[in-house]
Amino acid sequence: MSTPNTTAGEDLWGLVAEFETPEALVAAAKKTRETGFQRYDAYSPFPIEGLHHAMDFYRNRLPMIVLFGGILGGLAGFFLQYYVSVISYPLNIGGKPLNSWPAFIPVTFELTILGAALSAVFGMLALNGLPMPYHPLFNVERFRLASRDRFYLCIEARDQQFEAGRTRTFLESLKPFGVYEVER
Amino acid sequence: MAETRKNDRSPVQKPRLITPEHTVSSVTDKISSIVLKRKVGKGWIFGLLLSFAGLGMLTMAVAYLLFRGVGIWGLNQPVGWGFAIINFVWWIGIGHAGTLISAVLLLLRQEWRTSINRFAEAMTLFAVSCAGLFPLLHLGRPNKFYYLFPYPNTLGVWPQFRSPLVWDVFAVSTYAIVSLLFWYIGLIPDMATLRDRAKNRIGQFFYGILAMGWRGSARHWFRYETAYLLLAGLATPLVISVHSIVGLDFAASIIPGWHATIFPPYFVAGAIFAGFAMVLTLSIPLRKFYGLEDFITIKHLDNMAKIVLATGLLVAYGYMMECFSAWYSGNPYEQFMMANRMKGPYAPFYWALILCNAIIPQLFWMKRCRTNPAILFAVSIVVGIGMWLERFIIVVTSLHRDFLPSSWGMYWGSPWDWMTFIGTLGLFFSLLFLFIRFLPMISIFEMQVLVEDSREDGHKNEHP
Repeated sequence: MSTPNTTAGEDLWGLVAEFETPEALVAAAKKTRETGFQRYDAYSPFPIEGLHHAMDFYRNRLPMIVLFGGILGGLAGFFLQYYVSVISYPLNIGGKPLNSWPAFIPVTFELTILGAALSAVFGMLALNGLPMPYHPLFNVERFRLASRDRFYLCIEARDQQFEAGRTRTFLESLKPFGVYEVER
Repeated sequence: MAETRKNDRSPVQKPRLITPEHTVSSVTDKISSIVLKRKVGKGWIFGLLLSFAGLGMLTMAVAYLLFRGVGIWGLNQPVGWGFAIINFVWWIGIGHAGTLISAVLLLLRQEWRTSINRFAEAMTLFAVSCAGLFPLLHLGRPNKFYYLFPYPNTLGVWPQFRSPLVWDVFAVSTYAIVSLLFWYIGLIPDMATLRDRAKNRIGQFFYGILAMGWRGSARHWFRYETAYLLLAGLATPLVISVHSIVGLDFAASIIPGWHATIFPPYFVAGAIFAGFAMVLTLSIPLRKFYGLEDFITIKHLDNMAKIVLATGLLVAYGYMMECFSAWYSGNPYEQFMMANRMKGPYAPFYWALILCNAIIPQLFWMKRCRTNPAILFAVSIVVGIGMWLERFIIVVTSLHRDFLPSSWGMYWGSPWDWMTFIGTLGLFFSLLFLFIRFLPMISIFEMQVLVEDSREDGHKNEHP
C-alpha cells in the first residue's frame, strides 16, 4: 500500500529514527502520536514500561481469547469423558455411576489449562502476525541493534500525513541518534 | 511484567541481583557470546561424551527391553511396580522446580528468578522427557502407546476415565506441552538477539527461523507480556495438579503405605524440594565454568537454599504424618508396614532417606552454609539421592511384604533396571549440554529489564 505523496518513490516503506535510551523512545513515541501520525511503531530490545501508554495502544484481545480457549478446552474435556463413559463405552467400575463426574474433574482441569495455554501462545503469535520471516525494517543495517541496546521509532509511508522530507525533519526534531530510510 | 514489577517499589534499597557495572549491552554480549563466540571447550566435550555414553547405555537397555519384554526388569509378585514408577516420580518431581521458578516466582514478583529461569525451564523439559519414557516402556507393548489417548477406533474401546493412571496421561502430556510452549515463548526475543548477532549464515538461518521474525515492536511486546503472564498463571495450578495426580496414582489404591490422603500435597512438596536441589546442582558448576557469577549471585543460591530448607521441612512433616496415620488408623496392616519400613530389610534405606531429606538440609538454617557453593552443591546432591530413596521406599516397602507372608519377597531391580535409570541421567545431561551450547542459558531480554530497573533505582537514590 503506497501513498501518492511520497517523494522518494515507491521503494520507501518508512523512515526510522534511532534512540539511545528507552526514555527518549517513550518521549518520541508520545510526540509522534500528538503530531497526529497513525501508522508508526516503536521497537526495543526489551519491553518498556509505559511505551504503550505513550502510543495510546490499549487494545488487547488476548485475555478474551485465552478465556474462551480455556472454557472450550474444559467443556470439550468433560463432554469427551461423558460421551466415552456414559454413551459409547459404559463400564461398571466398582458400582460407581456411569456419569461419575468427580472422577472426571482432573482431566477436565488439565484440558482447560491446555486449551487456555495453546490459545495464549498461538493467539499471541496470530495477533502479532508472527511468524513473519521478512520485514522491510530488516533492510536497515543498524536495525540489528534493536535486539541489543538501541531503540527505534518508525513512521510508515502508508500514513496519511507521511511526506518524506517533512517527516524526516520531524523525526530529526526528536533529537535521535540518526534517521534512516527503510526500503520496501 | 516490567510493569507489575515496578509498581511496588519500596524506598528501601533492594539487594543487588547483578553487579552494578553491567549495562544492557554488556549483558546481551556476555550471554550471547557463550553461544556465538566461545570456543568449544574440552570440559564441554568431555561432559557431552560422558553423558552420551549414558544415553548409549539407555538405548541398549531399551532395545533389549523391546526385544525381550518387561520380563528383563526385576519385577515379580509381590513387587509389580518398581524402578519404572520410582524413576517416573523422581524425574517428574525434578521438573517441577523449573515451572515453579518460571511461573510462581514470576507471579510473586521475585526478580531473582530472572537469571535462573531459562535453564530451570530447560531442566523441566528434559526431566519430563526422561520421566515420560518410563510409563511408556512399562506398558509391555510400547508400540501400542496411543491406546492411552481417547481416539475413535475400530475396536470400540476407550480409556477408563475413573483411573488416576489415565489422569496421569493427561496431566503429564499437558505439562510437557505447556512447559515447551512457555520455554519457547520465553526464547523468541532472545532468538532474535542471536539472529542479529550471529556472524555466520548457519547461525543466522537457524536462529532466524526460531525467532519467527520477532522485531521487538511495542505492540508485540504488549501482547507478549500479556501472554507470558497468563501462561505463568496457567502453569502455576498445572504444576500443582500434575504432582497431585501422581500422588493420587498411589493414594487411590488400597495398599497400606499408599492409601493416604496426605500423598498429593506431600508429593508436591517433595517435587519442589528435589527440583530446587537439582537447580542448585546444575547452577553451581554452570556459573563457575561459564563465569556467570555476576548473574547467578550468592544471593540467588541463598534464596534457593531457603526454598530447599522450607520444602524439606514440609517433606519431613509428611514423613511424620505417615507414621502418625499408620499408628492412629489402628489398622494392623498399616502399622506392620510402617514397622517394616523402619526395622525390616530395607531399614537402612529408610533411615538414609530421613538423614538425606530431613536432617542434612537443616544445615541451611546457617547463613554460612547457604552462601558456600561447595556445601550447597554437596547438600543438593544428597537431597537428590534422598528423594530417589524416598520414592524407592514408598514403592517397594509398601509392596514387598503384602498380606500373605508366603508371597513376601525382596526387590533390588535387575541390571537392566539400573542401566535404564542411569541411562536417563545420560539422556538428561546430553540434552543439557547441547542446550547450554546452542541456546542462551540465561534469558537475555529479562536480564536487560533487570539491568534497566536497577539503573533506574540507582538513579532515584542519587536524586531523592
